[in-house]
Amino acid sequence: MSRDLIMIIIMAAVTIALRFLPFLVFGGSSKTPEFITYLGKVLPFSIMGMLVIYCLRDVDLLEGSHGIPELLSVALIMILHKWKRNTLLSIIAGTACYMLLIQFVFL
Amino acid sequence: MAGYIVLGIGFGIILNTKGYGVLWSLLMSATIYAGSMQYVALDLLGTSASLIAVAVTTLMVNCRHLFYGISMVDRYKNSGKARPYLIFALTDETYSLVCGDLKDIPDDKKNVYYLCVSLFDQSYWITGCVLGSLLGMIIPFNVTGIDFALTALFVTILAEQWFTNHDHIYALTGLICSVVSLIIFGSDRFLIPAMIMITVMLTVLKKYRPKEETHES
Repeated sequence: MSRDLIMIIIMAAVTIALRFLPFLVFGGSSKTPEFITYLGKVLPFSIMGMLVIYCLRDVDLLEGSHGIPELLSVALIMILHKWKRNTLLSIIAGTACYMLLIQFVFL
Repeated sequence: MAGYIVLGIGFGIILNTKGYGVLWSLLMSATIYAGSMQYVALDLLGTSASLIAVAVTTLMVNCRHLFYGISMVDRYKNSGKARPYLIFALTDETYSLVCGDLKDIPDDKKNVYYLCVSLFDQSYWITGCVLGSLLGMIIPFNVTGIDFALTALFVTILAEQWFTNHDHIYALTGLICSVVSLIIFGSDRFLIPAMIMITVMLTVLKKYRPKEETHES
């Protein structure tokens, strides 16, 4: 348990360091470099694509359920979000869909 | 914002199934306060993973916060005493709400808006996590797959970005570089090479794309 506590402290410390670092480096009175401003503008798009792949990194297309539950749930989220544009609804529906699929359909 | 409650409940329930009670949930949501990292932490707690590995994993998962900070440097410049808290509380969810143009809000009210969003987000998150822990104790239902909530969150944000912008080159850069990196380096080690590839590709794009096309937000 105390080891868990140390782990939590490390995770918190690294996260806080990452959040403060840009402000310590670029937060002075001088102007933010143009390249950094550019990255700040376009990275949120690229990073979200990366995070989706990150979440799906262990999906095996060749074995088990062939990634079908993941694919169907992602498709449902995209369609539902295009239609309703409701973030909460999309998250709940996608998660529920995935849970039902892996608990009852793809065993 | 309310997405945070669902994700938090999911986290609390899984944490509970691992044998960690409500105090752990409270501690983690108040100090780490990073949705995706806390889900990753679920796999790390109670294992013999080295502390270095814990630090490196956190670094990789939360690297993106560097970029959130980078785009908020100018906007958080004059926020006075609240500034350290605003920086601490700059999560995915908060970032997505404060990074916009905020044309409807007068300049002198912006700092209040930033602070309110940050405080509400964290209170939602802590409420969700604690609620999940309590629910997990009361209702013993099958939660296999609830961690998909995180994937669902990112897919939803990606969908939102995709449908509100006609320029998909940056999202595609992220997706393609990550898939290529995943194929080359495997699922345990692809994240850092992917980030390097993305940065290189974005640098190339900046050089060769006409200026006005980069004005998406």
